[in-house]
Amino acid sequence: MEHGHAADIDRHVRTYVMVFVSLMVLTVVTVGIYYLHLSRPAAIALALIVATVKGSLVACFFMHLISERRLVYWVLLLTVAFFLVLLFVPMFTSLLDQARV
Amino acid sequence: MEIPYTVEARPDTGLTSGKIGIWLFLASEVMLFGALFATYIMLRVGAPEWPAGATVLNVPLATLNTIVLITSSVTMVMAWASLMRRDLSKARMFLWCTVALGGAFMVIKAIEYNAKFEHHLYPSHSTFLAIYFTLTGLHAFHVLGGMVINAYFAGPGSKLWHTNPQWFTNRVEHAGLFWHFVDLVWIFLFPVLYLL
Repeated sequence: MEHGHAADIDRHVRTYVMVFVSLMVLTVVTVGIYYLHLSRPAAIALALIVATVKGSLVACFFMHLISERRLVYWVLLLTVAFFLVLLFVPMFTSLLDQARV
Repeated sequence: MEIPYTVEARPDTGLTSGKIGIWLFLASEVMLFGALFATYIMLRVGAPEWPAGATVLNVPLATLNTIVLITSSVTMVMAWASLMRRDLSKARMFLWCTVALGGAFMVIKAIEYNAKFEHHLYPSHSTFLAIYFTLTGLHAFHVLGGMVINAYFAGPGSKLWHTNPQWFTNRVEHAGLFWHFVDLVWIFLFPVLYLL
């Protein structure tokens, strides 16, 4: 991004402050979920959903992904694909091993 | 030979060399941490029993560290916004704030580690502690790396501003992308290790 107009930067800064407040509230929610003493599957699902929302806020606004060029999206899409392979291939092979036993 | 496309974007990609470089590096970082997260899941699923993180680890300190790291992401992005407003001194102040908050994160982490060691809780004690120290240790090295980069741009690296302000702004933006990634990793590490 080239050096911007003051109004544009002010708008950015207001967004950063709003994202910061949201992240703080969601951090309280994350810890609150633990103290609710939910069942483990429910706690895991809820905590991961909140973490994903927080991560998305950081990526979209602090890392400017919301207004990034198409090539960056392609790089990230490829990364997500490889990440999923990395995550599920060991699980799949482990399940196959268990099925053999 | 000069590095091409440091200031102006390549016409075909619309990105500077630094921007595409940092995103490719972050993609490799996703795979590094992704491999360890996959390892964590495999170890946890395969373990006959797994301790609740909060029974072994210090949740209040980790919550404080989460707040510290999120705040540091804001100071980092404010440094970039200050450069966009052509205010170098404010940008340097925000960069130093980011470095200081990174330092605070490391001090809190050291207190946590020390409390574990005092109780003879080392990585060799259990599978849970082994993966805890591996993940948080690797993350702490990233925080340290980010602090060095940000300190460089707040200090001697800021000389570039006087000869090429746009290039310096781009560099700070790229350092910020790394710093926010480190924050993002912690956002997942915190609930996974401490609360689940």
